[in-house]
This record gives sequence, structure tokens and C-alpha cells, in this order.
Amino acid sequence: MDYPIDYLYTQEHEWVKLDQDTATVGITHHAQDQLGDVVFVELPEVGTKLQAGNPFGAVESVKAVSDIYAPISGDVTEVNESLLDAPEKINDDPHAKGWLVRMTVFDRGEAGQLLDAAKYAEYVAAETEG
Amino acid sequence: MAETSGQSKPRRTALHQVHREMGARMIDFGGWDMPVSYSGIVAEHNAVRSGVGLFDVSHMGEIEISGPQSVDLIDSVCSNRAASLRNGQAQYSGLLNPHGGFVDDLLVHRISSDHFFLCVNASNQEKDYAWFVRNNAFEAEVRFASADYDQLAIQGPRALAVATRLTHLDLAGMRYYWFAHGEFAGVPAIVARTGYTGEDGFEIYMPPADSERVWSAILDAGARDSILPCGLGARNTLRLEAAMSLYGHEIDASTTPYEAGLGWIVRLQKPSFCGREVLVKQKTEGVRRKIVGFEMKARGIARDGYRVFVDGTAAGKVTSASPAPSLGKNIGLCMLPVQYARLGRRVDIEIRGRMVAAQTVPIPFYKRTRP
Repeated sequence: MDYPIDYLYTQEHEWVKLDQDTATVGITHHAQDQLGDVVFVELPEVGTKLQAGNPFGAVESVKAVSDIYAPISGDVTEVNESLLDAPEKINDDPHAKGWLVRMTVFDRGEAGQLLDAAKYAEYVAAETEG
Repeated sequence: MAETSGQSKPRRTALHQVHREMGARMIDFGGWDMPVSYSGIVAEHNAVRSGVGLFDVSHMGEIEISGPQSVDLIDSVCSNRAASLRNGQAQYSGLLNPHGGFVDDLLVHRISSDHFFLCVNASNQEKDYAWFVRNNAFEAEVRFASADYDQLAIQGPRALAVATRLTHLDLAGMRYYWFAHGEFAGVPAIVARTGYTGEDGFEIYMPPADSERVWSAILDAGARDSILPCGLGARNTLRLEAAMSLYGHEIDASTTPYEAGLGWIVRLQKPSFCGREVLVKQKTEGVRRKIVGFEMKARGIARDGYRVFVDGTAAGKVTSASPAPSLGKNIGLCMLPVQYARLGRRVDIEIRGRMVAAQTVPIPFYKRTRP
């Protein structure tokens, strides 16, 4: 699986795409693959302040519920409402149409903590091996 | 996804490598590294409801009891009555402790009057064996036989058609909860018309050395029926829709058959058996709590262990819950005090700190239409 090289990644398997002060956040291909058929998504309301590393929502498959952690701190400006009726977009297109929230980032410097695509791919490979 | 430290390495079935090669997603289930799904839980679930699916359930344990007083040993620790079985017949039962709680739930197969074959839960098998041995004041021999058997389950409305292609046994004439010895896919096997999905089907016991051959033969024979290999994920959603109990969830050492809605496996007419006094009292006075089905009325999925609230007060716990693929609803089972167990009652499930509306409903949630 190719992970977009202009995204950054967390060890909890979220991705974030930074564009100036705007961040788009989703879960990775690996995360959706581990979950299986996504049947339900719980997202924060617009205006919610997210703190990097804290859970802000949940993605649920038939089998399990998985918390989603904020990769970076900021204010939620938009949520992907289309997922409420079509959560399977997360399985079909996790890195684009399956995005979860957009936010205004407080401090881009926090992004230094995140993994780039190559490091994330290595991390997933190591986790899968284990 | 943290590794559990200090645990011994998960055990594997003989088909472990086959599952990996088929691309199964594996999970630790009660100490066993088992397939949770291959093509997806929903697809596998639907295959079993409308066609046919194949499960590797070789982690399940087997215990054989032989000798002239086999039936007396079984009937002294089990809630159902093995003495009423005929050769080739099987029965669902509870292996009970002195408090009337479950040591395990199990299938008792009568091979002959002095030979019984028991199928027990993987994670309880050593404990079950020890319990039979400890209570064996009879002319009976208890043998821990798990290493001698793998088990495959072929389940769904097309299971009979597919299984019939692989054996000369008269499967069409075999009644539900009966079994036979014979060759299956060229291998000596026990074939039982039992299952854990709410559908028709067969559970096949065979030597582990032969299970890969049988697994492949079933997939080949079922290809024209679009058979799917199915994992424990679909097994769980299927059994939950059928409201079948799962050990460690609806039933455990502190839950009695009456509380679990399994009064039909209790034979109080037996003069004595483990836990009988407690069960007699419960039968007379009524239970204080029981397993109740519910479905979500607002957006949200209940999960095992979530708290159930009645009129704003924590009243019980979810024992099993999940989306129900065949129903298009989110359902669950919970343990509630009987005063709250009335059907149609509004309850709330606490999901990540929020109260989400649900309603108690009759179980099973799903019942197959019999031909």
C-alpha cells in the first residue's frame, strides 16, 4: 500500500494533511483494513477544540470500536457529514473521500512529532510482523 | 493494540498456515490465534444466512467419557439429562458448579451407552476436564481428547447440499442434534447436525492430520454455491442474532441456566446433580435477574461491557452486542434485574459517556424459516 507522501501519520494510524493552517484528518488504509467493514462513525461538532493526542471520535466496525486521536491541536471547522450515511467510504477511500474532520491548527510545530510516509510504512510493517 | 505481556504464545490450529495464506485477519481468542475474518464479517455473515459458510473451530475442546457409568457421571455434573439420549443423538447442556453456575456449556453426544463424546469451549477445556475427573465417583473413564480432533463447521441453508457431495452418510435423513460416524471427504469423521449460527448445518470432527484436506474439499465442493470461509467475527454476529449464549458473556460461573434463559436445559426431575439445590430454589422463587435482548433506538452501537440504565439508574451490563447484519439494526443482550426485564421497556446504553436510547425486545432476534 502506498501512503501519500504529502501526509503525516500517527502511531495510532491517523493521517493528517496540512495546508497552511488547515489540517484534514482521517484514518489510514492500515487502520481501516484492521477494523474491517466500517458501519458507524462518531465525529465532534464544528467548533470543538481538539488537543493533540486526545481522542475526539470513534470509528466502529461490526467487530470493534476504535477511538480516533487528534494528530495535532486545533479547532474543528468542518466534519465529513457524508460518512454518517456512507461510513463505508472509510474502507473504500480512506486517504481522500473517507476524511473525518478539517481543523484550524494552533501550532504547526506540533507536526514535528508525526511520522512521514516512509517511517509510517516501516512502522506498519513492523507491527504487522509482530 | 498493545501486546499482552507475560502471556504464553497463542495456540494454533492445524489450519493456521492455511488461514494466513488465505489472507485471514487473525486475533487472539481465548489464547488461540484464530481467523476473525477473511473477506469481511458482513459478507461472511450473509453467506451463512443465504448460502453456506465454512468455519475452522478446531480450538474447541473434546472430552470422551467411557465405561458402564458414563451417563451417571455426566448426569451428576450436567444440568440436562444424558440418560434420555439415544445412540447417535446429541444434546446441549450445562456443566455446573455447586452454586448452579456454569463451569461451561457443552454438547453431549452419545456414541453408545458406555461411550460419550463431549464438545466444550476452547478456553474452558482444561477446567472442564478437571471438573469431570474431580467428580468421577463412578465406573467411568474421562479422557482429554482435544489433541485427537479438529472441528470444521459448515453452516447455512446450502450446507446440506454441499456436505452431501462429500459423504455417503445419509445427511438429509439426519435430524437436528443427531450425528453419525463415517467417511467425510475420504477421512474418518464424526458428522453432527449441530451449529452455532442459527442456520442448518453440520459440525465435523476429524483427526488434525486430515483437517487441511477436508477444509479444501469442502471449499471445492461448495464453490458452485459460492461458499465462503468464515471467521470468528461472523460466528459471533450469527450466534448473537440467534441469541445463543457465549461463555464469559451471557453465562459464567456466577450465572445459572435460569438467569441465562436456558431453563430448557435443566432437568430438575433428576434426583441429584451439581447445583440442583440452588436451581430448585430459583425455580420456586423465581430469578432476580435475567438475560434480556435489546435493540438500539437512537444512533449508536452497544458493545460488550457497556452499562445499561433504567430511569437514569445503572441497572445492568451489556453481555454481548453488535450491529446485526441480517436485521439492519444494532442489537445486544444484557443482564437486568427482573423488575426491569419487561419487553418493550425503554432503557439507555451508556456509550462513551452518553446515554443512547434502546428498547428491550424478544429473543432470538433472528429465527430461520424452516423448510
